[in-house]
Amino acid sequence: MSFEPKIVGFLCNWCSYAGADLAGISRLKCAPNVHIIRMMCSGGISPFFILKALEAGADGVLICGCNLGDCHYREGNYKTIRRMTLLKKVLGQLGIEQERVQLHWVCASCGDEFVDVVNRMTADIKELGPSRLGVKSRDLTR
Amino acid sequence: MEKVKIGVYVCHCGTNIAGTVDVEEVAKYAETLPYVVVARHYPYTCSDPGQELIKKDIKELGVNRIVVASCSPRLHEKTFQGVLREAGLNPYLFQMANIREQCSWLHEPGPELTEKAKRMVGAAVNRVARHVPLEIRAVPIFPATLVVGGGIAGMQAALEIANSNHMVYIVEREPSIGGHMAQFDKTFPTLDCAACILTPRMTEVSRHPFIRILTYSEVVAISGYVGNFKVKIRRKPRYVDEGKCIGCLVCQEKCPWTALSEFNAGTGKRKAIYTPFAQAVPNIPVIDTEHCAYFLKGKCRACEKFCDANAINFEQSELVFELEVGNIIMATGFDTFEASSVPQYGYGRYPNVFTSIEFERLCSPTGPTEGHIILADGRQPESVAIVHCVGSRDKNYNEYCSRVCCMHALKYSHLIKEKTNAEIYQMYIDMRCFGKGYEEFYNRISNEGVNFIRGKVAKVTDEAIAEEEKGKLIVLVEDTLLGTMLRVPVDMVILCIALEPRKDANEVAQLFHIGRSADGFFLERHPKLDPVATMSEGILIAGCCQGPKDIPDSVAQASAAAARALAMIARGKIEVAAVTASIDETKCSGCRICNLLCPYDAIFFDEETKVSRINEVLCQGCGVCAAACPSGAITHNYFTADEIEAEIEGVLA
Repeated sequence: MSFEPKIVGFLCNWCSYAGADLAGISRLKCAPNVHIIRMMCSGGISPFFILKALEAGADGVLICGCNLGDCHYREGNYKTIRRMTLLKKVLGQLGIEQERVQLHWVCASCGDEFVDVVNRMTADIKELGPSRLGVKSRDLTR
Repeated sequence: MEKVKIGVYVCHCGTNIAGTVDVEEVAKYAETLPYVVVARHYPYTCSDPGQELIKKDIKELGVNRIVVASCSPRLHEKTFQGVLREAGLNPYLFQMANIREQCSWLHEPGPELTEKAKRMVGAAVNRVARHVPLEIRAVPIFPATLVVGGGIAGMQAALEIANSNHMVYIVEREPSIGGHMAQFDKTFPTLDCAACILTPRMTEVSRHPFIRILTYSEVVAISGYVGNFKVKIRRKPRYVDEGKCIGCLVCQEKCPWTALSEFNAGTGKRKAIYTPFAQAVPNIPVIDTEHCAYFLKGKCRACEKFCDANAINFEQSELVFELEVGNIIMATGFDTFEASSVPQYGYGRYPNVFTSIEFERLCSPTGPTEGHIILADGRQPESVAIVHCVGSRDKNYNEYCSRVCCMHALKYSHLIKEKTNAEIYQMYIDMRCFGKGYEEFYNRISNEGVNFIRGKVAKVTDEAIAEEEKGKLIVLVEDTLLGTMLRVPVDMVILCIALEPRKDANEVAQLFHIGRSADGFFLERHPKLDPVATMSEGILIAGCCQGPKDIPDSVAQASAAAARALAMIARGKIEVAAVTASIDETKCSGCRICNLLCPYDAIFFDEETKVSRINEVLCQGCGVCAAACPSGAITHNYFTADEIEAEIEGVLA
């Protein structure tokens, strides 16, 4: 059986979650690999959540927020950028491929954009293969 | 603590979910999950019997946590939280699994759908087991309302609210209220004159004891939250003292300087000191500093000399002040499509190609020709082509339909027939006459002897190839019903231009923290069930800023927005979502990182105890502080680390 990655998607409530809803309402179709967790703001996504997801077996983590300038909380997504830049450095040091964690902006009217992001990310992770971190922690729990 | 008992309700949503997801299997799976005491599936969980089912389980089985697997929480989270509340449970002991929008609708049908739905339900169950009751806060509100834009929608909303004796402020950036409707000649399908129905409204608004009109003003900043907005308004200098001016308009008469009239869509002139139109409200002129000789060259002051009231004040400066309002209604209207961006239609090159708004002014008795339909050389046209869908229903410009153009095109036929003997050609893609009395209007105009040609115009040119085309504009169009190309020689071409979002819609959307849809208009909270609200609580939308609309629809939406605002005003207070952050003072190290991060200045440092504290009234619950706290002292309620981690484990199970 081919590798079907598990991706955790943290989506901000105001733009990206609404964009994902719109994709569904428009009956656009995307890969089923992203499991969405609703957050209030991308700026409220703690790096621990991302690491936790990787540890718990996610092959990738997708973070979506409002377009820059459109944040419901004014500037939360700028904080997301800074946080993600730092986190990616840490991921590198831990030996986790940086492509496993991706940040994208998806607006509330961007259903097609959301579908595109999900499909591209799923393809990226398929190419990378299963996360070693995930495999390890899965083995340990067995 | 009482034992956690979870009830899971998997919704069929007719066939929307059950058509592709095996809801029975999902419910069976849910029953095997820890803490779950009951798992059911039901055709429409949001319906009355569906809600009763949940209430019954709460009462009879002692269920104290609820998971509903159905549509998006953006649609029905509040509905189900209401059910919990009615059954005596804290509404935050609830979690939704969005298995419709983000599962059954979003993926190709197959067995993975049921698997994914199970995982989503599992995550919700895992999470809800950790939920804690949250306190719902009630906050008093400011009873005043701000209406942004003084067109027909803004005025309607203002009147509806003001008639309940609550204060309304209308901010209008132009020197007068009235909006686009003031520019129109007659209105379809009744053909009553726009001014006759609009100007009494404008007077009513201006005389209303509970309405304050702030013209020539703009919103520059906004802070606060629903019920408690603080709005900063910048009032541009008119250079005319509003308290002294008596509206005699002698200044306008005497001013020797002119500019193109914006109100007449550039078809006529106005003075440098002017009111945009004769029935302007307020009837107080403004000085256009870009065309006033005094401001340009330091000389003239003719207006000042002739003003008996001494109202001219060249020293006037802009005024910035703050208003406190509970609700904001956006009614900022539309801009029209720039016709010269379709070069093949010759707008701007041929003087007898007009836009619809220019034609409105040409037709209007208060316009530059006093209502005479004449060509650039003063002749009456003998033939007129009316071109539909210029900039609408066109992938190169706007994909959407502007909704009003078919109807105003029909209206133009009638007005031209009324005033001239011209032959009229309507070049249309489809006739869309959807409103009340509109189809009847179409039939009436059809019987007036108008030529309808079904096809999109390719080109407007003056290159004649036959004798009868000389000196005319030739409209090249394919008649798709006959399947042949036509060359139609006419004297006048009217382009029915699209309604577009305001040029600065993006800046305005960012200022008010509201979204825009793909077409650029302001985004409503829900396209069907909530077309007047936005994603920002307390900010409502009405009229063409939400999408192209005719006058009846704009008025209806404005009244709806007003009703929404009034509902909150009547309650006098609002319940603010309990999704805020709180600080465990025993863990706080006093590093103050959160103080700087908070976009609402809701976190302050207590010098005495050396820890940070959160003002829960100001906190909007974004969670940025909780994500940044190095000591883990901040909890983002309803999104706690414990809850999110449980959800992560759930989706990965």
